[in-house]
Amino acid sequence: MLVGGILVITRKNPVHSALALIVTLLAQASIYLMLYAPFVAGVQIILYAGGIMVLFLFVIMLVSIDRSVRERQFNSQWVVGVIAATALGGLFMIVFTKGKNIFPEHALPMVENDNTQKIATMLYGQYMFAFEIASLLLLVAIIGAVVMAKKRI
Amino acid sequence: MDSMLHITTLHYLVLGAALFLLGVIGVLTRRNVVIVLMSIELILNAVNLNLVAFSRMWGGLHGQVFAIFVITDAAAEAAVGLGILIAFFRNKETVNIDEVNLLKW
Repeated sequence: MLVGGILVITRKNPVHSALALIVTLLAQASIYLMLYAPFVAGVQIILYAGGIMVLFLFVIMLVSIDRSVRERQFNSQWVVGVIAATALGGLFMIVFTKGKNIFPEHALPMVENDNTQKIATMLYGQYMFAFEIASLLLLVAIIGAVVMAKKRI
Repeated sequence: MDSMLHITTLHYLVLGAALFLLGVIGVLTRRNVVIVLMSIELILNAVNLNLVAFSRMWGGLHGQVFAIFVITDAAAEAAVGLGILIAFFRNKETVNIDEVNLLKW
């Protein structure tokens, strides 16, 4: 999974990056299965590796990549960027080592045979308002994407 | 020694942090807009991994429901971002993010 992530940010050709990202997403879906989240794993495969990556590949084909492959791939502030990211990583490590004791050693047992049903009940019951807002957000995103990509409005 | 044998929440958190950092490095250093958007997807996936790991830790399903909402947001963000990219490519004939400097002083 990490190898896939590294390949995403280092490949020259965006198509190779997209394929590496698909590998990363599929590996993450398997990790969701390890975490007793089969529904999220299915959504990850169908929506991410299926839908969003097809969208990415379409756009990569749409914009011509010949010129961008020949250009310099990293911008001039890459040293500062890597230093900032390393500092952020150090911060994460400090937080994790300081707060290690609050995590329980053994995770609670979880049943997964009615996982999807429980998620659906929560989605349409407790989180109904958020669900409606998400649908509104998707509508706005669809309209926005169409308006942006249109030649003349 | 028992804690070395099975995977705890902390392992998932470290993996999520590493993925997040890869995404941050990608966003900060790449010049191709498509790859910057892909790095944002990496960041969102790291957040999702943390959410599901915490959901496993507490034995509830709230984290998984929230992860689904984050996936929805990622889909919306990808659609709008790629729409902007297409409009930008039509104007400037490039996908280099350093050319997006109209607001630069």
